[in-house]
Amino acid sequence: MRWINRRPGRPLAVALALAPFALAALAYVAGSEARLAANPADKLLPAPSTLWDAAMAALTEADRRSGEILFWNDTFASLTRLALGVGIAAALALTLGLAAGLLPLAGAGLSPFVAAVSMAPPLALLPILFIVFGLGEVSKVALIVIGTAPFMIRDMAGRVAETPVEQIVKAETLGASSLVIALRVALPQAMPRLIQAVRLSLGPAWLFLIAAEAIAATEGLGYRIFLVRRYLAMDVILVYVAWITILAALLDLALRRLSARAFPWAEPAR
Amino acid sequence: MSFVSVRNVFQSYGDRPILERVSVEVEEGCFVSIVGASGCGKSTFLRLLLAQETPSRGEVSIAGQPPAREPGRDRGVVFQKYSVFPHLTIRDNILAAEELSARWGRLWGRARRAARERADAALARVGLAHVADQYPAALSGGMQQRLAIAQALQARPRILLLDEPFGALDPGTRLSMHDFLTELRAETPMTVFMVTHDLSEGFKLADRVLVFDKTRWDPDAPERWGATITYDFDARHGGIPFQSARAPHAA
Ligand SMILES: Nc1ncnc2c1ncn2[C@@H]1O[C@H](COP(=O)(O)OP(=O)(O)OP(=O)(O)O)[C@@H](O)[C@H]1O
Ligand SMILES: [Mg+2]
Repeated sequence: MRWINRRPGRPLAVALALAPFALAALAYVAGSEARLAANPADKLLPAPSTLWDAAMAALTEADRRSGEILFWNDTFASLTRLALGVGIAAALALTLGLAAGLLPLAGAGLSPFVAAVSMAPPLALLPILFIVFGLGEVSKVALIVIGTAPFMIRDMAGRVAETPVEQIVKAETLGASSLVIALRVALPQAMPRLIQAVRLSLGPAWLFLIAAEAIAATEGLGYRIFLVRRYLAMDVILVYVAWITILAALLDLALRRLSARAFPWAEPAR
Repeated sequence: MSFVSVRNVFQSYGDRPILERVSVEVEEGCFVSIVGASGCGKSTFLRLLLAQETPSRGEVSIAGQPPAREPGRDRGVVFQKYSVFPHLTIRDNILAAEELSARWGRLWGRARRAARERADAALARVGLAHVADQYPAALSGGMQQRLAIAQALQARPRILLLDEPFGALDPGTRLSMHDFLTELRAETPMTVFMVTHDLSEGFKLADRVLVFDKTRWDPDAPERWGATITYDFDARHGGIPFQSARAPHAA
């Protein structure tokens, strides 16, 4: 039988899925033990027990100065920025993308500009944002918007423009105005795609968020990581990195679920 | 004055002529089939009737109205595919025929309830009541086309345009769709233009069969000339005996 036709059964699939995680964990533990055996004060690869203690401390112990648990404050601050940035970008994508994809006049005016803006490297714009908006929240959210919106707008416009012309003509013969075609034909069919674009944009959004927080912030997951880096606190850094990864995975899963539930017609037939 | 009047219509894309000197007058209630070689411009002719495109020359007018510039509620259409809205349930697809012409594309309250009742009645009439709450993807090809026809008719168009509506269906389903269409027409007389590749289907359903073909042919440049109506058959009584209402090669 050809390799392209061999499929894993359920148990094998689970085992194959877990194997890389187990291997990575194993490699870490082995490396950590080797280094700690050579130098018990080594900070680079803390032992799993140290990591666990660091995680428990971060999750439960309040900061001496503020009396608050920094971990949750950081999480809240970062997620707020992320949600604002991606939310604004998605709203822009929905309105501008819909207009550009559906109205030839809007597309002619918007598409070249959005294409040009999307070529500018967002991180190079960060200093400009800091100068214009100051070091506060606005510049961080703005970086996420600038970094993710052009892709989303283009994706949305492309998708809307791909609506089969038969459907648009059909709606016209049923008496639909441009507005109604946008609201009842193009918009609902673009929504699953928007959620997909948001899922794809979350990766870059985290990147921009952490970069902005690393440079200028007083709280946030990225800020904390870069702060404790000065003390080589690998245990705290690893806990935060794992937490960010978990958050990102949960967000992705939630969006996928939302899409499947809200737009059952867009699911591939089973 | 005839109901649908096509006067000396030309259509070209760029400098490539597709249709030339097309003229035809059709009475209200007539069922016209359109046949011709692939790529000769049948769908183009339908797009002109639909006002999806405006002809390079000549005019199309319906019921004595000035030529339309874009599709509207007076013209219904069913394409071979993509004719129904995949994101709406079967019932909402029928309801769309009444809702989409509202200001915001929605009806509320009593108007909506009344429209919903009419939609359910239409679904019962075309035998789709049992799947009213499903999405079109769950339907077979024949049922999707049934839905598309019912949806187009729910808007009460003056003329119905069908572009190979049964082209993708198996022969059995096709036969039952013929009966379906014949029954619908017995209930509500309507003017229909149907493009088909199946000659017998064309003659079976139609009152008139128009044949599109090129009258001039340049072997070195086959794209030089456009097509026109070369035959116009009277197809009533099953088309027997075939009688040509228009002499071949006459404009
Ligand atoms: N928008 C367009 N721009 C340029 N050329 C076009 C356009 N639409 C159609 N054509 C060309 O015009 C010709 C006629 O197309 P049309 O779709 O009307 O043919 P048809 O008779 O319906 O063919 P078929 O039987 O295959 O459906 C084709 O050669 C096609 O490539
Ligand atoms: Mg065609």
